[in-house]
Amino acid sequence: MVGILPAQITDWLIPSRNLFLTIHVLGVACFLYIVAKRLMPLFRAERDFRFDRPLTRLGRVLQYWLGQWRHPRYKFAGILHILIFAGFILLAARAFTTLIVGVSENFVMPGLSGRTGHIYDILTDYAATVVFLCMVVAVIRRLVFKPARYAVPAQYGKAHTADAVFLLALIATLMVADSLFAASKPAGHALQSQPAEALAFLSLPWMLQIVVGSASLTTLWVVNVSAYLVHEVTFYFLLCYRPFGIQFHVETSLFSIYFAKLDRGTLKPVRWDVPEEHLDQVKSFGVKKFEDFTWKHMLDFYSCADCGRCADNCPANAAGRPLAPRFLTIKARDYAFQHYPVFGKANNSEPLIGNIYSEDEIWSCTTCGACEEECPLLVEYIDKIVDLRRGMIDDGNVPQSLQKPLKALESRGNPYGKMEKKKADWTKVPEFQQTCSIKILDRDHRADTLYFVDSITSYDDRMQSIGRATSRILADIGENFGILGAAEKDSGHEVRRFGEELLFIALRDHNTDAIKASGVQRIVTADPHAYNALKHDYTDVPPVEHISQVIAREVKAGNIQFHRVEDENKRYAYHDPCYLGRHNQVYDDPRSVLDAIPGLKRVEMKRSRDRSFCCGGGGLMLFYEPKEEQRMGVLRVRMAADAGANVIVTACPFCMVNIEDAIKVAGLEGKMSAIDLTELVDQNIVRASHREECETATVGG
Amino acid sequence: MEILVCVRRVPDTSENEIELNAAGNDIERDELVYSVNEPDNYAVEEALQIRDRVGGNVTVVTVGGEDDEEVLRRELAMGANQAVLLSDDAFNGSDGKGIATLLKDFVKKGHYDLILTGVQADDGAAQVGGMLAAMLDYPFASLVSSIEVEDGKLKVGREIEGGNREVNEIDLPCVLSIQTGINEPRYVGMRGIRQVASVPIPTFGIADLGVDKGAVGEAAAKVKRVDYFIPALSKGAEMLHGSREENAARVLELVAAKGGLK
Repeated sequence: MVGILPAQITDWLIPSRNLFLTIHVLGVACFLYIVAKRLMPLFRAERDFRFDRPLTRLGRVLQYWLGQWRHPRYKFAGILHILIFAGFILLAARAFTTLIVGVSENFVMPGLSGRTGHIYDILTDYAATVVFLCMVVAVIRRLVFKPARYAVPAQYGKAHTADAVFLLALIATLMVADSLFAASKPAGHALQSQPAEALAFLSLPWMLQIVVGSASLTTLWVVNVSAYLVHEVTFYFLLCYRPFGIQFHVETSLFSIYFAKLDRGTLKPVRWDVPEEHLDQVKSFGVKKFEDFTWKHMLDFYSCADCGRCADNCPANAAGRPLAPRFLTIKARDYAFQHYPVFGKANNSEPLIGNIYSEDEIWSCTTCGACEEECPLLVEYIDKIVDLRRGMIDDGNVPQSLQKPLKALESRGNPYGKMEKKKADWTKVPEFQQTCSIKILDRDHRADTLYFVDSITSYDDRMQSIGRATSRILADIGENFGILGAAEKDSGHEVRRFGEELLFIALRDHNTDAIKASGVQRIVTADPHAYNALKHDYTDVPPVEHISQVIAREVKAGNIQFHRVEDENKRYAYHDPCYLGRHNQVYDDPRSVLDAIPGLKRVEMKRSRDRSFCCGGGGLMLFYEPKEEQRMGVLRVRMAADAGANVIVTACPFCMVNIEDAIKVAGLEGKMSAIDLTELVDQNIVRASHREECETATVGG
Repeated sequence: MEILVCVRRVPDTSENEIELNAAGNDIERDELVYSVNEPDNYAVEEALQIRDRVGGNVTVVTVGGEDDEEVLRRELAMGANQAVLLSDDAFNGSDGKGIATLLKDFVKKGHYDLILTGVQADDGAAQVGGMLAAMLDYPFASLVSSIEVEDGKLKVGREIEGGNREVNEIDLPCVLSIQTGINEPRYVGMRGIRQVASVPIPTFGIADLGVDKGAVGEAAAKVKRVDYFIPALSKGAEMLHGSREENAARVLELVAAKGGLK
């Protein structure tokens, strides 16, 4: 391999040039072949429109890819990753130069000659050192400390530790080989008393130079060429091995993030290339086989780095439901690798449900969005879950517990099968009617604002109190508002998220017509699910606000004042509803309202704001009978207790159902209570000054 | 296997508030929503599963008017091969025997190996299946909770009061009344219904069936409803007012006293 020692140290690599060139060509060819094979399913996938708003997308690349924005959410692992990532970015030019040097020994990367080049060398000496140390730390973490989120539960297969450690070791090898290569030449120069380029003090190359410094020139030459060879082989092995596992994200993450979903709270259409009015002609709905996923969703499968943050934050996973977002991805990726092998032909596709996914797994998701909020690579889950559900709905594969409410939504417009004419019965409570009677909007009864009540608040005895509180608040601030009454059907928010797209469209079209006919200028709702539906799923309705936003604004403007809270010893914890918080970023308004109530002491749960923990889900999820070890709500109520709270404030009727149930199940009755933000405001609001306006606003109901 | 399933459209008890009409002889039918009688839906699902296992066709049939087409379409969307509506003014007011007569004449126009009905209609008397079998001189099994197809016969499981089960062999052709819980009926979504919206549903009248006019309709009905009422709430309820533990103990006691615990 090595032959006779060349006369010049600068020519050390020349005798082996052909070998290096061969490895280069083979390595690149292998990599291109593997990547082409990996891309194959993407070309057979469903379409996905991700080519709009390039500047926004570039901004997100800067924030989430280059800026590693989400990594520090897990401090230790996050900082470790940022160091490795920064190291890799810095080392990119050095690695490229090293590869070329094997063929053309005196190659210098343009722009990296002279002083700049020297500074770059020093920087990268340190970068290689830092990356090497990070590998050592990462291996120790994997083998000794074993963070729980990396564990693979038995039902999902074998532990991924060996693969992870192998990959870390390869990178460590690459760093050592690179450093040794960098160290051996200056050592040779030093041996011949020639001016040697200085290596970064205390860096890995610097230390290796000391180690090999006493060797003979021939030995140094052998070390130099061997280090080069090890570096080159390891580099190409890694390059070609990455597409077989979690490290493929090194290549794919940039694209995954560039093409990531931009709009929160929205859902993908059934087919990107089929307009809604032509949906009837689509042969099959949703995802049934692997190729029904969109190319971007397949890219997500490749990009997942198996970090486990999604599953670590998933309330379904925490409650012991058979769902962990991480394995939704890992299983799909394994499927892709198996059915689109690097060697051999692509296999026929089989249905995903029953093979890699179970029905319960797909129904277990509350679409709370905790996984998506956490993923450093912006991997999407909700759209995939909904697409899988669309497929199950299309095949008639729906649990009996969900069939009844879906049928009732179809025939009665609400999941409870209640009569339409009773939709406004919640307004007919005598003591409520005396203070505030409500307009039901029609041709003769007009208003500026529509209060969209939605099914649960209209029909559920307990939640009707939220409807009355909301109405009294609206009346108190002098809002000219009304409701649709029997003309209002369910917003269809969960209908859509449970995959019954055509039923959702029917509900949406009905409500859109009713809202437009009412002639209102804006919509207010106290139900975050209705809020999200009206805001993101409906396209042709006036602007919508959640009641907490309205209250916060009025408090700020001085139009709402509060009495002192009754019991100042109580501690209030605000629970962020998923569809108000994570999906719509309304975190501060409800808190500012609570903080405006004199004497109210508020505490924060550990998991709050964008890390809020779903209480169990709303809408149709209330009918679904999940397989679980415990209720999400019980876990949530315990979190509130841990935070020292004895009142949980929510801003969502479904949260109220789940949390009040959970308080009983957890045996915390009497120690913990739940109240809706509107109820709390209604209890504490200073009323007298606005009494007249309330009456003028509600005449004619 | 050629399978016929007899279905019926009924007011859905879970989606209606049933009230008496002013005359007190029927329920208030304005604003009611209807669906397929639940046990009939299980019968259709069972027929579809048998067809998918051994081949053949599933036909659904109902006696009624134009409105009843709705349930036939739902069953077509579920996967039935064809649907037939038996409709004629002369059929109105038929009692159970009249309906069974109509179905018998319809069965005789085709070749069915197996005829399924729901165990009973929500507003019915669980009589049509048995009468139909007798009129056809077919064997009959009621309250069927499992079906296995064998050569020329079936093995059918039946529920026995008290939670026990028996298995019977029954020769084909036969009539079975299907119990809910025999399977998990598939979901029929908006899309499925739309896809069968234009499938033609043949209507058979009195002449098509060749029914004896004197055997059906109101005049032939020998069972007539003379009263319909909502029973007054009785005073059998006992409220427990103790602590949680006391109440639990008392409930246990009461259940044991009624023979609910073994």
